[in-house]
Amino acid sequence: MHFGPHLLLAALEGLVTSAVLALTALGLSLVFGVMRVVNVAHGEFFMLGAVLAWAISTAISGHPALGFLAALVIAPLIVGAIALIAERLVLRRLNYNPEATIVATIGMLYIIQQLALTFYGPEARPVEPPFSYRILLPWFGYSGYKLSVIAASALLLITTWLVLTRTKIGLIMRATQYDSETAQAFGIPVDRVYGGVFALGAMLAAIAAVLIVPISQAHYLMGQDPLLLSFIVVIIGGLGSLRGTVVAAVLIGLSDGIISMFFSPTLAKIIATLLVAMVLVFRPQGLFGTASR
Amino acid sequence: MTPLLTTKGLSRSFGGLRAVDSVDFTLMPGEIRAVIGPNGAGKTTFVSLVSGRIRPTSGTIIFDGADITDLPAYARVRQGIAYTFQITSIYANLTVYANVALPVQLTLRHGHSKSAIQAAVMAALEHTGLADRAHMPAGQLSYGHQRLLEVAMGLALKPRLLILDEPTQGLADSEIDNFVELVRDIATNATVLLIEHNMPVVMQLADRITIFNAGKILAEGTPEAIRDNAAVQDAYLGTAP
Amino acid sequence: MSEASPAKAYALHLGVIALLLALSFVLPGYYHGLLARIMVLAVFAMGYNMLFGYAGLLSLGHAMFFGAGLYGAGLAIIQLGWSVPAAFAAGLGCGVVVSLIIGLLALRTTGVAFMIVTMMFAQVFYLLILYFATWTGGDQGQVVPQPARVLEFGATSLDLTNPTVRYMSALALFTIVLLITLAIVRSRYGRVLVAIRENEERTKMLGYDTFSNKLMAVVVSGAICAASGAAYALLFGYVGSSFASVQYSILPLLWVLLGGAATTLGPLLGTLFMYYVIDVTSGYTSAYLLIVGIALILLVLFFPKGILGTIRQRWLGWLP
Repeated sequence: MHFGPHLLLAALEGLVTSAVLALTALGLSLVFGVMRVVNVAHGEFFMLGAVLAWAISTAISGHPALGFLAALVIAPLIVGAIALIAERLVLRRLNYNPEATIVATIGMLYIIQQLALTFYGPEARPVEPPFSYRILLPWFGYSGYKLSVIAASALLLITTWLVLTRTKIGLIMRATQYDSETAQAFGIPVDRVYGGVFALGAMLAAIAAVLIVPISQAHYLMGQDPLLLSFIVVIIGGLGSLRGTVVAAVLIGLSDGIISMFFSPTLAKIIATLLVAMVLVFRPQGLFGTASR
Repeated sequence: MTPLLTTKGLSRSFGGLRAVDSVDFTLMPGEIRAVIGPNGAGKTTFVSLVSGRIRPTSGTIIFDGADITDLPAYARVRQGIAYTFQITSIYANLTVYANVALPVQLTLRHGHSKSAIQAAVMAALEHTGLADRAHMPAGQLSYGHQRLLEVAMGLALKPRLLILDEPTQGLADSEIDNFVELVRDIATNATVLLIEHNMPVVMQLADRITIFNAGKILAEGTPEAIRDNAAVQDAYLGTAP
Repeated sequence: MSEASPAKAYALHLGVIALLLALSFVLPGYYHGLLARIMVLAVFAMGYNMLFGYAGLLSLGHAMFFGAGLYGAGLAIIQLGWSVPAAFAAGLGCGVVVSLIIGLLALRTTGVAFMIVTMMFAQVFYLLILYFATWTGGDQGQVVPQPARVLEFGATSLDLTNPTVRYMSALALFTIVLLITLAIVRSRYGRVLVAIRENEERTKMLGYDTFSNKLMAVVVSGAICAASGAAYALLFGYVGSSFASVQYSILPLLWVLLGGAATTLGPLLGTLFMYYVIDVTSGYTSAYLLIVGIALILLVLFFPKGILGTIRQRWLGWLP
């Protein structure tokens, strides 16, 4: 294959990564933006989504699309419920103290991960894609499912954006994000908003995982890379900024796909992590964000 | 006599707002100077610039003949500029003694023996009338005593210039009388720069008064001159004393 | 806090050291080895406590300081053939250099950003070990050969692989670091660190250069953790990347939280207790990180002062 088609393939793969990453990072960003909580267990909600997708799709016989669609609906709901319980039982009791919640979500990370290991096992298991149509390009064939992942993610991002900017729920969330005490004084149930946002953040990660699991596989340690990448995206994009998050996700996804074609993945991770740490040290508002409040 | 503190063209902007706008200010050694003015006039920003808590946008600050504009706050403290916070800022979880021991262990020039520290700490506590509460956690003191502790910490630094930012705010009348005595006493050894809203306190204490308005110095003079200044009365004092 | 009774405090610390010494002669083989390991890891926790407990800086990247000592010492022997004391010094030196660089960068941030930045630098350190697998042995790790782990004093030699020598070396390191910690905590500098933890802005306005003091704390903490890592490589003869992974940044936090942050003996107690819990539960589950996770959440929710912190608050105010 020549360089051009090679690059196109890399770019397509990068876009798939971007699409999933944007959804996952958006969840992390919402939780941090509204609640000021850094959720270290976010990657585990992602993993849980994938593992549940496997469990649900294997439980349902018949056409693979049936099982997949069921997983796409049920898995995020279960993950959202688990997140809500964790929020009520732990984060709320800590009064959302930033440092204590980080330590607590580290605890959640281990608990979820190790329970997955205990009940699901150490194997990587595949989920059959709902359809296996291949689009034939002049140079290579490309999975139609992967393209549909990009489309589905774009659709979800637009929906989220509309909800945040055009609806009353979005207004309430933004008011809480801007000043939770004033919001409380104006009768906004800040407590319930926090619970809802934490569940929503986890559900976005779970949806992303269900979408990706027919391409990669479900494994109990699969949450680690999305967590790191989401952190990178949220920090580069500016904490709590939706537009910045999407732009950064596309940037990171594309460069990750293209760079890993030419460099070793470890080296790519080293450079990316170091760069992001430097961004946090020297430009904490992110590359696309404006000065913090 | 050379001034203890001089600022030339001192300015600080926040966004588009010029909180302090080219202020030329001179303070002579041994003075008690009150800085008054309406809320938002830039008084606290001005003393924060002098103490080094915030950096100026432009202008210079000269302390005892040396340019200190680029010195970080902690180094200015070591030069003899002490700042007491408007919003009480003490170590609530430490004892009153430990609160004062921190500034003492910095300024003791001769030996750091336990007895030397203890003597200096107790002296500062006696001075402010807190000696019998030395081993209480500072957070359990009454509000008025916390204000006194704040001053005791400033005193323990043995400053040449002590900046007091609204020290009588929230104090009862009886406490205010003691406070006035305390500041007079401090002024025998140090220069005092005082931000204060309580006009009787200002009139009793100040050798000179500087009035800030909208980031600039509106007027400056003795308490009598200020009281008689019609422009000042219109702009700020209204019908008060 | 502890000005009143230094004698009691010193007596307690010497008592603990004497107890550990006595245990060397009564413990059966398995526990004897385990306790030696725990003492070395407790030194790691004491280093962490220096920064987290006293200076109030919550780092999520201390595995890199432990790792710097571990690899600094281990590779000095494996790749360069250095002697035991030189290798230990190399590990310590690596820890000082790494912590100085990380401190200069990470201390520009505060709070949550400090936690994330330290975690990311530690991740870079971990990935570098994997990337340079030809030298470091990657995730397989490397064994430090037994003949190299012998300490020569002229004619006499101490074989660090001998269980008694190993135990005594671990105890010696533990004792030195414990006494250093105690001295720092009771010093002028220790009080300044606590002041920075309690109210940094105030401390600045009392004339203290808080940045330099915090940097010093990072370096002291990093050096202690590196000493622990170097000792681990020399006494237990294995260097592996897992010791630099995120998990080894979380463990010292857990040990310190459990034993009691800002107490001199808390790190030992926390490490000891956590190993005991894992030992007891290992019969039921192999997923011991589950215990770590549950312990972390229970501690921050119900027991944020830890064992000794609570004891100090309720009964023994003089505990350092």
